[in-house]
Amino acid sequence: MTDQQAAATVAGQHAGGDDKGQGARASLRVVAVSIGPLIAALVIGGILLLAMGFNPVSYYGYVVQRAIFSPSGLEATLTRMGPLLLIAASLIVAFRAGIWNLGGDGQYLLAAVCVAATVPLTLNVLPIWANLLLGLLIGATVGAVWGLLPAILKAWQGINEIITTLMMSFLGVSLANVLVKLAFLDPATTTPQTRTLPVEARLPRLFDTSISSGLLIGLVAVIAVHLVMTRTSFGMRLRLVGANPRAAIHAGLSVSMLTIAVFAISAALAGLSGAVDILGTHGNVRADWNPAYSLTVVPLVFLARLNGFGSIAYVFLFSALTIGGESAARRIGVPSFFSLVIVAILLITLGLAEYLDKRHQERVRR
Amino acid sequence: MRVPIQAPAASVPAPTGTPVVALRGVTKRFPGVIANDNVTVEIRSGEVHVLLGENGAGKSTLVGMLAGLQQPDEGRIEIDGAPVSVTSPRQALAMGIGTVFQHSMLVPSLTVVDNFALGGPWWKRPDRTGIAARIVETAKRLGLRVDPYAHVNSLALGERQQVEILRALMRGSRCLILDEATAMLTPHEAIGLGELMRRLVAQGIAVIFITHKLNEAIAYGDRISVLRLGRNVGEIGPETLRGASDAENTERIIALMFGTSRTGEGSRREHTARVIGNTVLDVESLCSEAGRVPVRDVSFSVRSGEIFGIAGIDGNGQKELAEVLAGQSPRSAGSIRLMGREIGGASVGERRNGGLRYVTDDRLGEGTVGMFPVATNFLLKDIGAAPFWQRGIERPEQIRKQAERHVRDFDIRTPSTQTPVGKLSGGNIQKVLLARELTGAAQAVIFAKPTYGLDVNNIRATRKRISEAADAGKAVVLISTDLDELLELADRIAVIDRGSIRGIVDNGEGARDEIGRLMSAGDEK
Repeated sequence: MTDQQAAATVAGQHAGGDDKGQGARASLRVVAVSIGPLIAALVIGGILLLAMGFNPVSYYGYVVQRAIFSPSGLEATLTRMGPLLLIAASLIVAFRAGIWNLGGDGQYLLAAVCVAATVPLTLNVLPIWANLLLGLLIGATVGAVWGLLPAILKAWQGINEIITTLMMSFLGVSLANVLVKLAFLDPATTTPQTRTLPVEARLPRLFDTSISSGLLIGLVAVIAVHLVMTRTSFGMRLRLVGANPRAAIHAGLSVSMLTIAVFAISAALAGLSGAVDILGTHGNVRADWNPAYSLTVVPLVFLARLNGFGSIAYVFLFSALTIGGESAARRIGVPSFFSLVIVAILLITLGLAEYLDKRHQERVRR
Repeated sequence: MRVPIQAPAASVPAPTGTPVVALRGVTKRFPGVIANDNVTVEIRSGEVHVLLGENGAGKSTLVGMLAGLQQPDEGRIEIDGAPVSVTSPRQALAMGIGTVFQHSMLVPSLTVVDNFALGGPWWKRPDRTGIAARIVETAKRLGLRVDPYAHVNSLALGERQQVEILRALMRGSRCLILDEATAMLTPHEAIGLGELMRRLVAQGIAVIFITHKLNEAIAYGDRISVLRLGRNVGEIGPETLRGASDAENTERIIALMFGTSRTGEGSRREHTARVIGNTVLDVESLCSEAGRVPVRDVSFSVRSGEIFGIAGIDGNGQKELAEVLAGQSPRSAGSIRLMGREIGGASVGERRNGGLRYVTDDRLGEGTVGMFPVATNFLLKDIGAAPFWQRGIERPEQIRKQAERHVRDFDIRTPSTQTPVGKLSGGNIQKVLLARELTGAAQAVIFAKPTYGLDVNNIRATRKRISEAADAGKAVVLISTDLDELLELADRIAVIDRGSIRGIVDNGEGARDEIGRLMSAGDEK
């Protein structure tokens, strides 16, 4: 969008009235403000690739080809979205309620390990569907339990949850490793890992593809969270606590109970993410495995401004970048962490775009 | 990087009467509102120029444009007769316009010297002793005493303000803007500021003093410009101001501000026809340790149609008492009965459902959520209630309808019901609170300092609402630090001192003296 167009949109917005053309132009501006930074980030990333001695066009082309245009790649991209979307849902609940649950990695991994340790054993007793449900339940419960201590400390002692959740996350990751190496070790293998859930007992695949139904769980979770936060009285209470806790007390809300509820939901979703990843994709947990999804998804939900639908788009983009990036790492030699570099640049360009947009609006208003 | 102008401007007094800064035909619009409409003001050196107006009259916008925070849509700003555009606060400073905002702009954890050094170039080590010496020297010139090495958080609000004035002067300000400068000060500090303004103008500085208090305008101003609804409706020059008595000046200003001449007096106790009914709120030996000032052994009862005033100096347990009554903090002993039912252990929501309402004085801090729309703020205390939510699902149509009704009934000036409430003026935020608390099945209403910080028009409107609430048969508890307000509205007035009630006086002949006696009697203990 050119400057003039943007000016016209903004001017149109302030002229008042409620016509559809204005809404369309306003949404066009939103698109421009969201897509522009993405292109800028890819260009800057390309320059970095050039500096590293790689051809950016062939890198991007390869990533897109592998992650989106090849059937198996697209299936892998969509499958990975499942756990990422659940993490996004977990973060949106917490951040919208003004609570910084940064302990998702611990909640995720501990849940994953407990699920991986249990479901292969209960498989002999339970039908597959019940076994899967049990696994999801265990994941959510373990995640929620790991969020309990920071929740209590925050709710009744006012202790900063950023620090406590991060600390619990380190403890959770370490404990998960210890459990894999000592308690939940699969005696049948030499490498330290849990027992493996047979492929036929995992989450069903969608249609005739290899896409795990974890994707559906993730989509449902993130959309449900979005609707609950924006359209229901419960979501409104949480947002009130997040926006102004004193106003929440004044309005008669029990801030401590709501804080506990937010932690429980957020941590349970993180745990569910671990369960979905194990039940859908991995089947077991190897020692020292930690994908650290939670801290990676934090910038994504902020890029989406805590909007559930926006998060789906960003998670798809990120998932494609990582899947394609992993292939590219093997084929072209660009480190797979390069997808994180793109996300980081995107954060900066998006921040800049927002700043410029705001300044522009102010200038037009004058 | 600060432009290091050390122009001798501040030290060489310009002859009195030259306009240093002038606004010519300045207009500033915001979505849905004209904040300033063709305003022309000339600021002369050696004069305290008062900009007087109610909340929302456009004073802050005018200051914002002079301080470089906003730019005019039309008209121009002139400095020494030459048109300029002030695009940033730094540029305003470079042009000699210094602003002291209502809320302190100092870093509390740093010393005075370090605060002064903050504007300096980042690559240079600040010359602490040099700055300190200049602070002491400048302070002496103005008859102030400032310890340059004191931490700002150890200073009183008045002292912090003096430090900010010093800082503005040391950066070469010839025109000093004091925005609602007395709002945060104790009466004693305010008088000190008035004297300081006189000394500043004696040195040839031009002072712009923004206020909505008439008495301060008359006491400290050389020239008064009255703003009303964004327009400059009149100016009173020094000759007129000095030639007339304070009462005449007050009369003249009020005529400018409202087009009529009436102060609040003469309107007291006009509610003769009110029917006082049965006891609604009955408080007995109530104690609480929750707040900063413990509430001790408070007993009173309020009947339907009655206004029960609580007088006292601010910070003597009024806030704590209100919060215990509303259920926001726990009681340690005693009982609260509403319509004969014990509610001392009930939650905030249960008390509200029972008909107890609380209009807080902390309108933005706890009364509303600034970034939520007006429509949502009407419902903060009824989240989940029908018809606005059905089985927990929001019904936007119902919420919008109620909001439009409230905006109409309570004359709330807002561009739309979706405007964030924090963008409204103080008076309109108060109307949002009143709309929320006075509608529905209210039985007893607690007002905490309901007119605090409002302008004359909104004070009048709010007091009318309070009377109407009592006329409609509600039991009203009116906590106020304004004795005149209580004498005008209340039927009985209690005096609170350090968390306990000193006595209760029937409002009538001699009530003022009796209350004064009770207030001072507290010291005998």
